[in-house]
Amino acid sequence: MEKLINIARGLLESGKVKTIIGYVEGPTGRIRAAFIRKPEECSKLLINQNCIQNLAVYLLKPEIREFGRPAVIANIATQRSVLQLAQECQIADGEIDVIGFYAGNTIVEFKNFTEIEQRLKEVKLELTSDDAKLIEKINAMDTKQKWQFWVDEFSRCIKCYACRSSCPMCYCSRCLCDCNQPQILSAPSHLLGNLEWHITRAMHLAGRCVACGDCGRACPVGIPLHILTMKIAEDVLKNFGKRAGTTLVKEYALSSFKNDDREDFIK
Amino acid sequence: MMNLTEENIYKPYKMRIEKITEEAPGIRTFRLVFADASDAEKFSFKTGQFGLYSVFGVGESTFCIASAPTRKGYIECTFRQAGLVTGELARREEGDIIGFRGPYGNVFPIDEWRGKNLVFIAGGIALPPLRSVICNVLDLRENYKNITIIYGARTPNDLVYKQELAEWEKISNVKLVTTVDPGGQTPEWKGEVGFVPAVLEKTNPSCENTIALVCGPPIMIKLTLPVLEKLGFSQDNIYTTLENRMKCGVGKCGRCNVGKIFVCKDGPVFKLSDLNKMPQEY
Amino acid sequence: MSSETKILKKSSVQKLIEILASANIRLMAPQKKGAALIFAETKSASEISYDHIQTDLSAKSVLFPQTEEILSYSYAGRDVNMKEREAESFPELVLFGARPCESSAIGLLNAVFTWDTQDVFFKTRLAKTTVITIGCKKFDEYCFCTSVGCSPADKRFSDIFMTPVSDEEFYVESLTKKGDDLIKRAAAVFTMANKTIDVEKELAKVPVLFDIDALNKKLPDLFNRVEIWKEQSLRCLGCGACAYACPACACFDIQDESGKEGGKRLRCWDSCGFSTFTLHTSGHNPRHIQAERWRQRVMHKFSYFKDRLKSIACVGCGRCSRNCPVDMNLSEHLKSLMEA
Repeated sequence: MEKLINIARGLLESGKVKTIIGYVEGPTGRIRAAFIRKPEECSKLLINQNCIQNLAVYLLKPEIREFGRPAVIANIATQRSVLQLAQECQIADGEIDVIGFYAGNTIVEFKNFTEIEQRLKEVKLELTSDDAKLIEKINAMDTKQKWQFWVDEFSRCIKCYACRSSCPMCYCSRCLCDCNQPQILSAPSHLLGNLEWHITRAMHLAGRCVACGDCGRACPVGIPLHILTMKIAEDVLKNFGKRAGTTLVKEYALSSFKNDDREDFIK
Repeated sequence: MMNLTEENIYKPYKMRIEKITEEAPGIRTFRLVFADASDAEKFSFKTGQFGLYSVFGVGESTFCIASAPTRKGYIECTFRQAGLVTGELARREEGDIIGFRGPYGNVFPIDEWRGKNLVFIAGGIALPPLRSVICNVLDLRENYKNITIIYGARTPNDLVYKQELAEWEKISNVKLVTTVDPGGQTPEWKGEVGFVPAVLEKTNPSCENTIALVCGPPIMIKLTLPVLEKLGFSQDNIYTTLENRMKCGVGKCGRCNVGKIFVCKDGPVFKLSDLNKMPQEY
Repeated sequence: MSSETKILKKSSVQKLIEILASANIRLMAPQKKGAALIFAETKSASEISYDHIQTDLSAKSVLFPQTEEILSYSYAGRDVNMKEREAESFPELVLFGARPCESSAIGLLNAVFTWDTQDVFFKTRLAKTTVITIGCKKFDEYCFCTSVGCSPADKRFSDIFMTPVSDEEFYVESLTKKGDDLIKRAAAVFTMANKTIDVEKELAKVPVLFDIDALNKKLPDLFNRVEIWKEQSLRCLGCGACAYACPACACFDIQDESGKEGGKRLRCWDSCGFSTFTLHTSGHNPRHIQAERWRQRVMHKFSYFKDRLKSIACVGCGRCSRNCPVDMNLSEHLKSLMEA
């Protein structure tokens, strides 16, 4: 922890960075995001196995950016989000500082995004045992059972949009669900509308989701919707050979066309 | 089959569009009559009030009732095509049925203003709420002293209620001053050229025993109020209307509030002295 | 109302469900659905959860559902035929196992829906629901009911109040005619209580965390201190989890859904935390930053509602804070406002 606090304090004191986006402990023991701007407050920063929120969600928020250059304390998922946001031209290499941390309290001050890319080649994003069990359970289902599973889960959705709000990739300033010309997604929560929303969102995240799991954790009715986007990410890897958040090369799995693509209907 | 025990406050009246007037580019007036005669008999409203007008299948939109309560048998609304519902409304034709819920909101206290002078100051699409008051007081002309109307728009084409303006021009005991923005005038334009606050200052209405009603885009109001102050108007004698996004119109959905004031219940008519007590969150 | 107190055994609840079912009355009770604890129609007593401190979503969905049809219409050429709901489309319900905080929140919903004009949908549902509240024997660090005028023994808006006196038995007090009617209808499952119990003694004591009257008086002066609201709301994501989980939040949207033949007008939940909540078609938004929306949430619940409808619009159940993905802990924020 000492190392992290010193790095953070140094960055603020030198004036290079104006805000540290990191983790602190709240009064109930829950870990929460904090935006440290004073060097003396850096002592509140911590990292441990409960620092799982993907802090990249704050990198594009005007309220945070108006403080000035941020440094983000990044777990693996956050690092992958940084790469994916850079790939999508939402942040530029050099615009932010990234302080990565790994199991065993390893801390890495990245000089640029390429270093993150290099480092992530060696690191695997691991599933929680609950998620792994659920994925195994779903994989064992046939199509009809899978559909019924998701219908049962999404019937509980109350359209609070906590999933969208917690996702760093859902940065559209005018989300489809906020548009009424045309009204593509319905506002009330009935099963059809809930399925439309979640399937649309899952498709919008195909090839972009870094599998941080924040959407499922944010859901107040415990729908494991991160599993849906995670499984689609696996499908994208299998079919297109690409995984989000692993490269800075600006090439979307689902919208980059190359001459040697195996699908030839576009020719 | 039992009905609900009481009236459904969200159920609109059915209104037939009797007449559509194209006021200006993108701005229309609908003259609406109640599809059900018994609704027409029961209905009444006071000037200043508004309603929620709906296209069945699409949604509702909030506009003031732009006609005067003294004109019986119909109500009118004027709107600009801007979003989903107004876009659909703009596609309606004479004879179509739309919905109307109302009247909602508070009123301009025109009874209190008997014996006073009235100055109406409006800009652009904001004339409709004042047109209701103007027609109302003109129908009771003997109750009021001097009536001055100052109305401006970007260009002559953007002026709404061109028909009414022509009528008001002809009334001898009404002073009408119309203006267009500098650069907006056409060769045929015979009125003033200048922004409304400047024209107000030039017109120099007396503040003595006078009520001022101001409606316009936020920037116009911002620049008009200091002129009124300069002319000697007190904050208690200046009235305006606020608008906010609305859904229920009856103080329940929780979105139109400015502080603890609901624009749909405690407004939309406000005295400047009241507005200044409210948080500046509108 | 009846001065006779009763005992209800957990083991009799199945019989209660059956008696009610034979009269077409549904029991809504806390149940685990997927990973969430919510109020749902219960046909088997074994599904009922008793051991929780709070459900994830509150019981408000029983009286104020997420989606409520307020009108339907069918097209007839250029005309339209409107159709109203029938009284039968609202079921007779027993809300079983609400906590005292969410039962007293019914009073807050009632204040919104019946002040000035009457919302017939809420009123009909309330009239057709008998509320059975179970008092709290435990609480957690998110509960602050006693700081906002509520408590684990709050009986407001309950028709029957039940106090757990053992793992298997409830001490039952009927508070209204509806409560009496239910006990009469299901007399077979209620036995006489052989002694009176001091309910307050059996139930949890939640410490008071702040002075709500002092906070209420202070808030208007804090309105313009934008830096406070900004600081508090920095991590807020602007989702609707707090408002939707809250038993007292009643803000709603009205949406039309239609096809070729006709459609419906629906009243559905909305949240002042959403960025589009107050957005005008012109693009102007009176609350265009999250800090202003956070301020609205606090001011509405702890200042404006008191001014207009004479109550603090919060019952301290803590659901907002438990459900918040980023730990916006309401009682912590309120305490910090006291110190501002």
